[in-house]
This record gives sequence, structure tokens and C-alpha cells, in this order.
Amino acid sequence: MLKALRMDSDTCTGCHQCEMMCSYGKVGAFNPAKSVMDVSLYNGGAVNIPSTCTQCEEAWCMVVCPVEAITINPTTGAKEISAEVCVGCKVCSIACPYGAINYDADSGVVTKCDLCGGEPMCVEACPTPALAFVDKDSTGYDRIWNHVTAELVDCDSTVRH
Amino acid sequence: MSWSEKILRVDLGAGTCTSEPLNMEWAQDYMGQRGLATKYLVEETDPNVDPFSPDNKMIIATGPLTGTIAPTSGRWSVVCKSPLTGAIACSNSGGFFGGELKNAGWDMIIFEGKSDTPVYLDITNDKAELKDASDLWGKSVWETETTLRERRGDNDVRVASIGLAGENGVLYAAVVNDMDRAAGRSGVGAVMGSKNLKAMVVRGTVGVKVKDPMAMMKTSNTAKEILAENAITGEGLPTHGTQVLMNVINELGALPTRNGHDVQFEGAHDISAEAMAEPRESDGEANLVSNAACFNCPISCQRRSKIDPSHFTVKDKPEYQMVSGGLEYEAAWALGAACGVKDLDAVTYANFVCNEQGLDPITLGSTLGAAMDLYAAGAITSDDTGGHELTFGNTEVFVAMVDATAKGEGFGKELGQGSKRLCAKYGHPEFSMTVKGQEFPAYDPRAIQGMGLGYATSNRGACHLRAYTVSSEVLGIGGKTDPLVTEGKAGLVKAFQDLTAAVDSSGTCIFTTFALTGDDIAPMIDAACEGDWGVERLNEVGERIWNMERQYNIAAGFTGADDTLPERMLKDIAKTGSAKGSVNRLDEMLPEYYQVRGWDESGVPTQDTLSRLSL
Repeated sequence: MLKALRMDSDTCTGCHQCEMMCSYGKVGAFNPAKSVMDVSLYNGGAVNIPSTCTQCEEAWCMVVCPVEAITINPTTGAKEISAEVCVGCKVCSIACPYGAINYDADSGVVTKCDLCGGEPMCVEACPTPALAFVDKDSTGYDRIWNHVTAELVDCDSTVRH
Repeated sequence: MSWSEKILRVDLGAGTCTSEPLNMEWAQDYMGQRGLATKYLVEETDPNVDPFSPDNKMIIATGPLTGTIAPTSGRWSVVCKSPLTGAIACSNSGGFFGGELKNAGWDMIIFEGKSDTPVYLDITNDKAELKDASDLWGKSVWETETTLRERRGDNDVRVASIGLAGENGVLYAAVVNDMDRAAGRSGVGAVMGSKNLKAMVVRGTVGVKVKDPMAMMKTSNTAKEILAENAITGEGLPTHGTQVLMNVINELGALPTRNGHDVQFEGAHDISAEAMAEPRESDGEANLVSNAACFNCPISCQRRSKIDPSHFTVKDKPEYQMVSGGLEYEAAWALGAACGVKDLDAVTYANFVCNEQGLDPITLGSTLGAAMDLYAAGAITSDDTGGHELTFGNTEVFVAMVDATAKGEGFGKELGQGSKRLCAKYGHPEFSMTVKGQEFPAYDPRAIQGMGLGYATSNRGACHLRAYTVSSEVLGIGGKTDPLVTEGKAGLVKAFQDLTAAVDSSGTCIFTTFALTGDDIAPMIDAACEGDWGVERLNEVGERIWNMERQYNIAAGFTGADDTLPERMLKDIAKTGSAKGSVNRLDEMLPEYYQVRGWDESGVPTQDTLSRLSL
């Protein structure tokens, strides 16, 4: 069963620990600018949105790449970039509707989430349920469940910890 | 390697920004943040300098752990000579500015001199320049940040700035970063304003490296687990914020109320964490919208709050009807209990204004409480206050005075001087709840004896953070001590002061110490930094910093006679609660404190002590 990264802004506190771990995994230094996980702040910090590549089925990045630098990892299902093959043309970053694949001027190639080969570091770093690595088929169900139970039972869903 | 080993020296008179190497010897002896910046201040300035003169320096300092994976690694400090106290001003902030500055490759910024015209400092990695801020002068912190973000075209830049209070020289003006985090106390914002420096903008993409990444990961993960499992850092603080203390301290009978006349407040529950979470009758929403975190912090104790849009403070003022930084315990105490105000929306509004214009809510609330005392005694009248009846608990007048102080209008100009000068001017110096000119905060020393000793001996004037013995005396962390006894408090206060000074110099947040001990913190520093770092070394660094600060203050004219408390705390008994009938018995603790410190009977560090600490 393939797994997917579930990103839930309801419980994100905006702490950026995911970015710190991601950047360390990617470049060996703590540098949110090199993270492919991005956390954006809205509504005065009341809403924090973690986002990265969702490893979508369409894989526009893979389809438009002129040198076939992007392939699917059979174990994780992640769309991975081969840095040696990538020529830095950036067409993939235009094609992606989510801005999840981006050019890095320091390396001269593009970079994106590859689920860390199956053990995403951002999930390990996250202190709340905001980031989770779950069965690919289940990423929506528990949100429905949470809303249902919040209506039925007096659940306090404003606190993230 | 954790330290960038680079500092930025900004000569505001000449308009230049120069990079220079960090003194690594000093870094090994003082770490960073509080300790390291104070060392530079001590070496480069005259302790008798006029705080508003160009010869005062303002130092912005990160710690070696700032920007690393250590939990709570966003802390940074502002250090200068204080215009409020004349002692060291050393103010600590969180948010995201510090992490960004370290990621840009800078350990510290030293601001010298004064600019002829308003400027702001713009940093992108190693590129730093002063830019014209004449169109920003007169703007609030919020307007300044929004404008600078738009001007940079980058939502990831971080901004630290002053509002009207810092520009107008309010003696307790703050430096505010990321909209509602602050280097709050002792008037650091006023020093920034006196230099015509409006703001600092920074974007950092260089990356922070550490000595031993594997050890860093391991020790940080261990620390994170401890923080997550602890009842305070893993549950109480994220759920309630520091406001978790309001009902606790009130029930104990340690909540200084109406400028210290009482130790319990009948309105405490109305301005507590529980009240913040309660849905309002008017619009069905609660004051508390959610919690949030500072950089790399799993505790996430920030409050995000929204005021009732129909409340008189924000009706027809859409700029205050958004979600913004909500009440901390200290602010709720100062703007609430100290003034006898129990209207949660009014207290939250006052807190918003403090963030918007850069004001210390602790000194503001305590000063207002003192002014209410003056009014009650007839020392000031409505003629002085612009027609306002400045009585305890008068919510509308309280709000009007907060606005006036933020804008520097009318009686607000006088309030902007702080309670010590205000009370001296109107003939009742005993109404000022200060030590060395700074107002003490939300823990009554008559009910918590050790806190009284801490206030009396704090190197930056009365402060709850320099030795937060509440941890031990009330919360029982690391062993419960009895808040009503004085025995053993001298040693307890010293221990807290020393470890706190080290943590304040590390780049991480003091709140970790609700769960972590020196044994948990030292390994992270050891993993990150050159050299061998164990608990003994941490405590030694802390003790060294403490004595260095003490030496500076002595040179600035402070003596053992200044290690005291307001008379009300020494003579007027607590009227209710667990400490009913008590006063603070400082005289039972202070002589022993000097002894354990290795100081002489007048509180001066002996030559032996100084040599032992290589001072």
C-alpha cells in the first residue's frame, strides 16, 4: 500500500521544524530556504498552511521534462528528480500548478519533495498531527470524521499540540 | 559552526555597515545573546554613558543554537544601557527574526552612533545597507512591517521595528518583531529610536551548520520528546499559554492587585486563560482563536486572539478587528489586575496597542496602576489627566490612557516616563512598584519569598525572568520549595540566576526549562559548538555573566542599597490568601545571598570571585 504525505493546516502551529529537517536532509545544513516543504502564514498566524508536492497522478512535471529527468520511485510512488540528468530548463516549475517543484540557483537543477525515500523527515519533526504519512487512500476520511465528531461532541479543535 | 563567526558593525553616523570576525575567545566564555552582547557592551562603552546619547550602543545578538535544530532555537536579544533604569538593558525575544538573522550568516549586529535622518537596516545574507526610513517614521510597527515586506516583494523577510513609543522616547518602549513578538523591557525601543533607527529587515538563505550533526539530531530529538511529554510544555502552555498561571497565582494569593494593595483580584477569572477560551455571548466566538509557535518551537505557547467586533475599543476600527497576538500572563496581569480592570476585550485591546506601537505592557500596566494610586490619594486630579477620572477599574479611562501613552499625547506623555519618575514627580515615590527603576511583574513577593529576592537582585531591575523561582516555589519543578519561607532561597535564587543567564545566552527559550534541566541542554550545545560543553561549564558561564552584569551596574552607580523592594512589599501585609499577614522578609535572605554569591557585605564581588570567573 503506497503512502502519502497528509498536510493539515487545522493543526499547524507555524513552527517551521519541518522546513528545518527537510533542508538538513536535502543540503546538510539548517536552512528553511532550501526546504521543499513550505509553511505559509495567513490570518494573523491563525492559519498556517504546510504545503509541498502531493505526488499527484498527473505528474505534469514528469510529463513536460524534455530529458526525462523525473521518474517514479516504485517503492514510494514519489516523483523523483535525477540531478545528473536535469538540465535546469525549469519547464517543470512552470507546468506544476502548485509551485511544488522549483529551481535552485546554487545547484543549477530543480528540487522537489521525494518523501525522503519512504521516511519523510518532516513528519518526524512535526510536533502536532499537521504532517502525517498515511495510507494513500485515506487522506480525506479522517477530516470528515473530525468534522462529524466536532458537531456531535463538544470537541475543542482550536488547540494544536 | 553554530556561530557564524561574523558580526555586523553599523556606524549610524557615517552610514556604514562593516563585517568583522566574532571574538571567538569571548564566544567560548560568554556563548551568545545576553552574555556575549553584554561582554561587547562592557568592553566598548562607558557604564556612565547617557542612554540616549549616540555613545550608547545597541547590540542585536543571536546565540550559538539560534537557527539550529535545537527546539526553540529562535531566540535573540537586544542589549544596551537602559534609559529606564540606567542599568544593563537586556531584552529577549522570539518569533522568527533571530533565526533569519543567523541564517543570513550573522551572529550579532552592533549599532553605534546616531543617524541624522531616519534609517532602516536592510540585510540579505552578506549584503547589508542602511536605507532611508523617512517615509516610515511616524508609522506603527504593524504598518512598518507590512510596508517593508511589500517593498522587498518577499513574504519570507523578517522585520524588527519600533512604533511611535520608541520614536517618542517612551522609557519603556519595546522592539517588536514579527508583528507581536517583542524585546519588551527596559526601554530598548527608545534607545533604537534615539538613534533614528526605525527597523531591521533580514532575509537569510545561507544555512546554519553545527559541529556534530548526528549528535545534534539525537540530543535535539531527546529534548523534543521530554518537552512533548511534560505537562507544562506539552499540554499546559500550548493549550492555555502563559495565561495558564492567572487562576493559579490568584488562588495562591500572589496576584498583585490594584498596584499591590491586594494579593487577589476578584476579576482574575474574567481575564484568565479559561475566559479567553470561552465563546462570547455576542458573536459566539472565543477571544482565543488558536495557539501558534515561534521559530522551530514545539511548545507553541503563542496566543492568537480576536476582540469582539462590537466592543467599544474596536467598533468602527477594522484595523483592530483582525486576529493578532493575544494576552500573555504578564500582560493580562499588568493591564488587568494591577489596574483593577477585568474586561477581557479591553485588556486584549491594550495588549494589541502595545504590540502595534512597541510598548512594554508590564511597565505600562504597573505605571497606570501607580497613577491610579496617585489619583486615589488626590496627588493628581482630572485636571492633570485631561478630564479623565483615573480610578482603579475604570475601563474606559484605562483604555484612553493606554492610547494616550502609545501616541505620546496629554497625560500619556507623563505615563511614558514610567512609575518611578511619575510617582516622584507627584510626591509619592512609595507608590512606584519598582526596583532599580523597573516595575516588578505578576508575582507578589509577599506571597512568594524567593521572587522578592530575585526582584531585589536582578541585574536589569525588577524582573520575573532573571530567577523564575516560581518554578520551584509554586509549580514544584525539580523539587517543591515553600513559597512562604525564606530559608534556602538565597541558594535557590543564585542557582536560577546562573542557569538562566546561560540559557539566555544559548539561543533557546527559557520555557524549555520547565521540562529540561542543564543535563538535557548542555548536550545540544556540545553537539553544536566547538569545545566541550557540560553542565558545570554552563553554570560557570552563567555565573560569569551574572558577575559581569553586576560589575557594570556598580560602575554605573548602583550599590547594595538598591537591592531592595518597594516599602509596600516590605511593610504592608498581604490581606488574603495563603500568605495572609505576610510581608516579604528580604532582610532574612539578602545577606546570605551576598555570601553564596561570593560578594562582600555591600554586595560587591570579591577579588577571589572575580578571579575564579576570569573577570
